[in-house]
Amino acid sequence: MNIIYFLIGCSVLLALIFLGAFFWAQNSGQNDDLYTPSIRILLDEETDADGEK
Amino acid sequence: MANNPTLEKTSCYHCGDDCITTDYVIDDKQFCCHGCKSVYQILSENKLCSYYNYNDHPGATRTRTDKRFDYLSEPTIVKELIGYTDDDITIVTFYIPHIHCSSCLWLLEQLNKINPAVHYCRVDFLKKQLNIRFNHNKLNLQGLVELLFDIGYEPLISLQDIIKKQNEPANDNLVKKIAVAGFCFGNVMLLSFPEYLGLSAYEQTFKHFFGWLNILFSLPVLMYSGRGYFVSAYQNLRNKVLNIDFPLALGIAVLFIRTAAEILTHTGAGFADTLCGLVFFLLVGKFVQKKTYHHLSFERDYRSFFPVAVHVIDEEKETPIPLSQLHTGHRMVIRHNEIVPADAILLKGEALIDFSFVTGEALPVSKTLGEIIYAGGRQAGEAIEMEVIKPVSQSYLTQLWNNEAFTRKQDNRMKTFNEKVSKYFTIVLLAIAFGALLFWLPADVKRGFAAFTAVLIVACPCALALSTPFTMSAALSVFDKNRFYLKNTAVVEQLAAIDAIVFDKTGTITTGDNGIVKVETKLSEIQKQLIYSACSNSNHPLSRMICRKIGDAKKLDTTGYLEVPGTGIVAKVDGHKVQIGNSKLVLNKTEQYTDTTKVHIAIDDVYLGYFGLAHHYRTGMEVIPQLGSTYQTYLLSGDQDHEKNELRRFFSEPYHMHFNNSPQDKLDFIQMLQRTGKKVMMIGDGLNDSGALKQSDLGIAITDNVNNFSPGSDAILDGCSFAKLPAFLRFSKDTVTIIHLSFLISLTYNIIGLCYAVTGNLSPLIAAILMPVSTVTIISFTSLATHFAAKKRKLS
Repeated sequence: MNIIYFLIGCSVLLALIFLGAFFWAQNSGQNDDLYTPSIRILLDEETDADGEK
Repeated sequence: MANNPTLEKTSCYHCGDDCITTDYVIDDKQFCCHGCKSVYQILSENKLCSYYNYNDHPGATRTRTDKRFDYLSEPTIVKELIGYTDDDITIVTFYIPHIHCSSCLWLLEQLNKINPAVHYCRVDFLKKQLNIRFNHNKLNLQGLVELLFDIGYEPLISLQDIIKKQNEPANDNLVKKIAVAGFCFGNVMLLSFPEYLGLSAYEQTFKHFFGWLNILFSLPVLMYSGRGYFVSAYQNLRNKVLNIDFPLALGIAVLFIRTAAEILTHTGAGFADTLCGLVFFLLVGKFVQKKTYHHLSFERDYRSFFPVAVHVIDEEKETPIPLSQLHTGHRMVIRHNEIVPADAILLKGEALIDFSFVTGEALPVSKTLGEIIYAGGRQAGEAIEMEVIKPVSQSYLTQLWNNEAFTRKQDNRMKTFNEKVSKYFTIVLLAIAFGALLFWLPADVKRGFAAFTAVLIVACPCALALSTPFTMSAALSVFDKNRFYLKNTAVVEQLAAIDAIVFDKTGTITTGDNGIVKVETKLSEIQKQLIYSACSNSNHPLSRMICRKIGDAKKLDTTGYLEVPGTGIVAKVDGHKVQIGNSKLVLNKTEQYTDTTKVHIAIDDVYLGYFGLAHHYRTGMEVIPQLGSTYQTYLLSGDQDHEKNELRRFFSEPYHMHFNNSPQDKLDFIQMLQRTGKKVMMIGDGLNDSGALKQSDLGIAITDNVNNFSPGSDAILDGCSFAKLPAFLRFSKDTVTIIHLSFLISLTYNIIGLCYAVTGNLSPLIAAILMPVSTVTIISFTSLATHFAAKKRKLS
């Protein structure tokens, strides 16, 4: 049963990594504007050639 | 293209307005004005015409083409505006009101195709902001703003920098605190389960391990997530106020101390899961309560609308100076569409001032030379020169902001239910806790402390603290759906406590929408063409309205044209003499006052009739007499009282109507009502109501376009929801009832918990069950009840 120490350690470590990832996202402003990207993704990437239409 | 273009009204390819003339055609595309056409040209030169593919007519109308941005070369002004600068790069954020569709987004993020000096642009759609990083060695700020202006996106640059205020990071880090609390809550729950299910004897070592981990996980919850409660409780204690944060902080502290004590002394499992859950739910409640409307601002005053700089004539030369340096005696130049920033005397030019910002009156007023023009008006027409007679902060309108109503702190002008109750709650709670302690102390010290801490834990008013935020946020979204935007949740309770309602007249119960033109005349097709041709030469709003009313008529040859300001037009069209204007011009007599503004028409000296612009009452006015039965209703107007009889229909008591009120009078009137013990709600729309809105217990700004303009207020009501006002008021009362009921429910849970707690036998399991169960009950009760109440009031 001593494996539980190891397993709990792993699970906490994993959870901490996710928490850290969330903090990083929050600090780098990824959650500041949750609306605009939903429009931006619908716009086509412009290739230089197609200027007509 | 339609087969028969002459019969069909063509709309501008760029902005979608009706094309009055056919002068502006390029690439088979019709434009309404030169401005729109030039935007199209710029975009097509830069191969950015996909702009028009995403949406039809995405542009803003561009009747104004002159650029007035040279003030942006002034270093002092530039410094105020930019966010960051170094040797090469400058970062600036603009508020651009026109951002409204995906085309806008697309075009604004392609700026570097037009000018490569722009490195990076990002649009924040909801805030209508554009963040730009550019090389200021190649392109200065003025050039950048001109570039934006050229493509039809003029940024709004005003004195009160809304952007910087809005972008200030929320320093409470609420989301991060919730993340930490949630993370710890999850882990602690997991580690507490084995204890609840029972551990066999040989697994006892795990018990200590789990206990230690639990303490470890509770630490960040206590120190980081729950810190705010301790700070707030401490501050409130210092101000000798007992608010709900005090029992919460006490509960959190006791939970942690007892948990640590039990685990360290191996006497129990502690309450780590209750602690983490409590903080987590409390923070979620806080989060729910905080609703932000990015597209609305409740804090506007005149500075949000006044320009940053104004042009003054100094030794025959026009120079831009910042508004703060504008002094009495300066001779300033105000051009078309610019706002008069200070009270001034008209010296030169024809002034046609639109006071819609200030009073809500939609029609511009003409002023003659030597007349005083009050600050806040917007010039429509040619450039005028005027001499400043009062500094900006001392003008007729702006001195209102020197009133103490604007300096005191505005939040929570009435005590909320929560604040009232939590004081008694705390006292009773402490009494029970100490009672239990004293009862057990003589017999069993250990049990005494167990009971004492258990009372504080179990009675921790988690459900009470959550009932208000959850009910209010549900109510807020109901209001929001009905286009009634409240500044914060406390406003709902204020709304319920109101017993007197004061209405502004112009713009509030009469609408600014004068688009409806009555034609009190029969015109032949040829007469219509004559009138249209004459009017199309004029920029006066009334002429534009007549043009729009007649529609797309053929434009005839105009040989003579004279526009007399404030009177009308005399024109020679196709050999006919056309007179359009007020009765002085057309009929040669002064007009009796009526409730309509009339534009008279005479062709070849034959009077034909008039176009009438009726004063338009807002739809839903019928609700005012209805409100009169439960509330005292008052009317305040800055105008003369000639509509008094008309308004009698809505305000039964004649002495409840007050005319000729200055902005200061309005404020004083509200204050007078408050002194008689009334809770006053003020509904207004213009800057002249700002004082009254601020002074009242609840100020509502009414507006026909929420993106446009509204003075600072507690709530913003979309004009089309005016008729729902009685329903809103009743619903707010329902909401308060729901809060009272949920308080009773949470009290019941508290009493159940207390029955266990006073005996000193509270097991961690019961605490761990009771806390989430009560929370879930409260959340589901409040959301369901609010939903039903909204249904009952036909608001959902």
